[in-house]
Amino acid sequence: MSLTSEDGARVAAEPASGPWRAALRKLVQNRTAMAAALVLVLVVLACIAAPLYAKYVAHTDPFGSNLDGQITIGGKSVPVMQPSPTGLGMTPIGPTWRAQYFLGADNQGRDVAARMLYGGRNSLLIATGSTLICLALAGLVGVVAGFSGGIVDTVLARALDVLWAFPVYMLAISLSVVLISHGLKLGPFTLQADSLLIPVIIIGVVYVPYVARPIRGQVISLARSDFVLASRCLGVARRRILLRDIVPNVTTTLIVFAPLMMALNMLTEAALSFLSIGVQPPAASWGTIILDGEGLLYTRPMVALAPGIAIMITVVMLNFLGDGVREAFDPRAKLRVKSDR
Amino acid sequence: MTDRIKTWLLPGILAAGLLPGFARAATPDASFAQHKGGTLKLVAASAAGTIDPQVNYTNQYWQTFINVYDGLVTFRKTSGKASNEIVPDLATAVPAPTDNGLTYVFTLRKGIKFSNGKPVTVADVVASFERIFKVNNPNAGSWYKFIVGGDACMAKPAACTLPKGVIADAASNTITFHLVSPDPEFLDQLAVPFAVILPADTPAKDMGTVPVPGTGPYMITSYNPQKALILKRNPYFKQWSAEAQPNGYVDEIDFDFGVTDENAVTAIENGQYDWEFDPLPADRLGEVSTRFPNQVHIDPLLADYYAPMNVNIPPFNNKDARLAVNYALDRQALVNIFGGRNLATPACQILPPDFPGYKPYCPYTLHPGTTWSAPNMAKAQALMKKSGEIGQKVTVITDDQGVDPALGTYMASLLNKLGFVATTHVLSANIQFNYIQNTKNKVQISVSQWYQDYPAASDFLNVLLTCGAIHPGSDSSINISGYCSKTFDQHVDAVLKTEISDPAKANQEWAAVDREATDAAPWATMFTPKQLDFVSKRVGDFVFSDQFHMLFSKIWVK
Repeated sequence: MSLTSEDGARVAAEPASGPWRAALRKLVQNRTAMAAALVLVLVVLACIAAPLYAKYVAHTDPFGSNLDGQITIGGKSVPVMQPSPTGLGMTPIGPTWRAQYFLGADNQGRDVAARMLYGGRNSLLIATGSTLICLALAGLVGVVAGFSGGIVDTVLARALDVLWAFPVYMLAISLSVVLISHGLKLGPFTLQADSLLIPVIIIGVVYVPYVARPIRGQVISLARSDFVLASRCLGVARRRILLRDIVPNVTTTLIVFAPLMMALNMLTEAALSFLSIGVQPPAASWGTIILDGEGLLYTRPMVALAPGIAIMITVVMLNFLGDGVREAFDPRAKLRVKSDR
Repeated sequence: MTDRIKTWLLPGILAAGLLPGFARAATPDASFAQHKGGTLKLVAASAAGTIDPQVNYTNQYWQTFINVYDGLVTFRKTSGKASNEIVPDLATAVPAPTDNGLTYVFTLRKGIKFSNGKPVTVADVVASFERIFKVNNPNAGSWYKFIVGGDACMAKPAACTLPKGVIADAASNTITFHLVSPDPEFLDQLAVPFAVILPADTPAKDMGTVPVPGTGPYMITSYNPQKALILKRNPYFKQWSAEAQPNGYVDEIDFDFGVTDENAVTAIENGQYDWEFDPLPADRLGEVSTRFPNQVHIDPLLADYYAPMNVNIPPFNNKDARLAVNYALDRQALVNIFGGRNLATPACQILPPDFPGYKPYCPYTLHPGTTWSAPNMAKAQALMKKSGEIGQKVTVITDDQGVDPALGTYMASLLNKLGFVATTHVLSANIQFNYIQNTKNKVQISVSQWYQDYPAASDFLNVLLTCGAIHPGSDSSINISGYCSKTFDQHVDAVLKTEISDPAKANQEWAAVDREATDAAPWATMFTPKQLDFVSKRVGDFVFSDQFHMLFSKIWVK
C-alpha cells in the first residue's frame, strides 16, 4: 500500500503505531541526536562516579584545602603549591596527566579533575531541576491562560509580559543576591541561603515566560482547531477536551523545549555561580570552578578552561539532542525543514 | 631593586647625618618643574563606598583623601618612622596640652582656601567637629566623645553642638579644644582624615558620591563608584608646608574601578596603569618580581589579617569553639595564599610586630610561646568536642577581591574539618566591610583586615575590641566580633591614663591587655602582611608612608 505526500511523491506507508512511538523511533534513527545522547550519558555517569574517582583514583578530598600538600611525581616529592624562586607568590601545580592532580590544582591546592566531576553533578542537577520547574510552571500557566481566555488569560498574559520585560540575567542576579543573603522563608517552607534549591528555583522561574508564551499561543490555536470544535459540538466536557485534546499536544512541545532549556539553564547556572551568587563554596559547580580559575588564568589556565570545555560540550550536545527531539516530536518543525529545502 | 634600596636607605642615611644637606628638598623647585604634570593612573577592582571623609573608614580612600583634605595637624608626608610624626597642617603649630592635658589651643593659618574659593575660618573648624557626630562617624564614640559635649552629641547626633568643647575665637584666629579627660592620642586622632576641616555649610549627612570641597592640592571632580574617581588640581591651593601637604607632581589622578587584580597587573606591565590598590594575585608575584624587579616595592605594614568571630551568636558565643578555630588555623597556609613568606608573617595576637606595646605572644600553636610554629589540631578537636558545637552551620563572609575569597574558602574548609557545616558567602568588596559590621546581618565569622590609623596600641585594642565600638544595627560598628567585657574596658581605660604620664610603662601594660584580648579569642588572627606595590615603569619618586602607604602627591610620571 502507498500514500501520496503533500508534494505528490508516493511514499511507503508505515505500520500503524501511536504518535509517541513513531516520534521515539524517529529520534532513535537520528544519528546525531543519538551520538549527543551517548556523550551526555557519559558525562552524567562520569559525574555520578565523582566520589569513586576522588577516593580511589585521585586519593583526595576535593572540598578541603591542601595548601601544604605534597605529591610524588617520578619518584620525587613535589609541593602542590609551588613557591617562586624569588620567595614571592605561590603557584598551584599544573596538570600532571596522572591519577593525582590530572588537571592540576586550584588556589586551595585542590584536585581540579575531582572538583570538575563533583561540580558537574551540581551543574547537571541544577540544570535538570530548573528545567523541570520551568516546564511545569510554564505548561501550567500557558495552558490555563490559553484555554481559559477572558480575564484569566489577560491577567496571566500581562504577568508574563512583566516578567519578560526584565532582562533575564538582571532578574536572576537580583533574586540570587537577595535569596543567597537571607535564604527563603515562605510559611512552613524554608530554604537555607546555601541550598542548591535556590539557584534551581531562580533559574526555573526566570525562564517561565520564554516557554509559557509559546505554550499559551499553541493552546489558543488548538482551542480553535477543527477537532476541538468538533468535540465541543458533540458536547464533550471542557475538562475532557483539555486533558485529551489539548494537553497531549502541548506535552510534545514541552518535550521539545526540555533539552534546549536545559542547555540554557546550564549556562545561566554557570554565569550565576561565576558571579558568586549561584552555588556557594565549598560546594562546586562548573561555574564556581571557572571563578576559581579566573585568578589563575595567566599561570594555570587549565583550572578555568576545563570546566569551560565541559560546559561547552554538554551544551552543544544538549542542543544537538534538542534538534533531534524537535524533529521527532514537532511535525511542524519537519515541515519547516522541508520547506527550507 | 634600585628603587627599593633608595626608599629604604636614603632616610636612614639622612637621619644618620651622613649626607647633611643632601635631600630632595634642597632643590625642590627644580625637581618640581622638571617632573610636574601628567596623569597618575590608579586602578582598583572596586570602589570603596562613600567619599565623605568623615564617614569613610577604608584604607583605599584614606590614601586618596590625604591629597584632598587637611586637618589641623597631620602625619609627616615622608617614608619610614618619620611618617608617624605629627606636624602642623592647617594649624600654625602643634600645641602642647595645658590644664593637665585637658586643653589644646590651635592657631589657624591664614590665607588658605577651600577648592570652592571660600577661605578657611575657625567657624569651619567648629562645624567640622560637630559634623563628626552628626554623620555618625565610626569612631565618634571611641575617639571624639572625649571632647567636652561629646557625650551629649553621641546621644543626640543631629542636634550636636560643642560650645564648651571646641571654642573658636575669630579675632585671634584660634580654636580651643577642651577634653573631659586627658587623651594621649588626641593629636593622632586629629591627624587622620576623620578630623579634616570642611566648609561649615557642608550638609550634616553622609555625602555619598557628592564631593565635598577640601583644602589639599587636588579636588574630587567626579565620582562614579562603578567607574572612576577623578581628582584634578585645586586651583586655590598654594603649598604652605611640604611636610604636611606637598604640592603634587601630577596634574590629575584617575582612580579607575572594575579592573580585576589579574588584569591590573598586566595593565601595569604594559604601562596602561601606574599602580593598583588591590594586593597582587599570588600566582603573578613570581613573574612580577622576576621580570620587573625595579618596579616592585615591599614595605612592612602595621596591620592584621584576621577572622572576627561573633561572640554574641552561635556557635562562636562559645569560647571553646573560638579557641578551637585559633588552634586549628594553619597560619602558614594562609601566608602561602597571601603570597609566601616574603610577604606575610604568621601571627596569633592582636597587635602587629614593631607596634607600640607589642610583645611576641602565641598561645595558639603546637608549642605555645612567642612564635607560631604549626597548628594544634588535636587540641582544636578536643575543644570542639567539649564545646558541643559540632554540626553547627557556619557561614564565612568574605569579599570578592584579591586573596580574600581564597582566605574565606580556606576558613570554610578548616571549619568543616573541625566539624562545623561551613559555607562561604562572597560579597562585593563595595559592601562586605559594612555588611560584616552590622549586627542585624548576624554574621558569624568573616575575613577582614585592619591597618593602623596611627601608631598606638589603643588603635587596635581600644578601637576594635571595646564596648564603645559596638553600634547595634549600624554599618559602622567596627568591633565586628561584638566582644564587650567591662573588665577589659577598665584595663584599656587604665592604660590610656598611664599613657599620659608614663608612655614606657603604658607600653608594658598594653602588652598585658593584648595578651588578655588574645586569650579571649574574639578573633582568629591570621598573619601580618607586607605591602607589595607594583608600579609602572614611568613612576618616579616612590615614597611609602607607614600611615598612608604610597603617597600619590609625591609621585611623578614625567
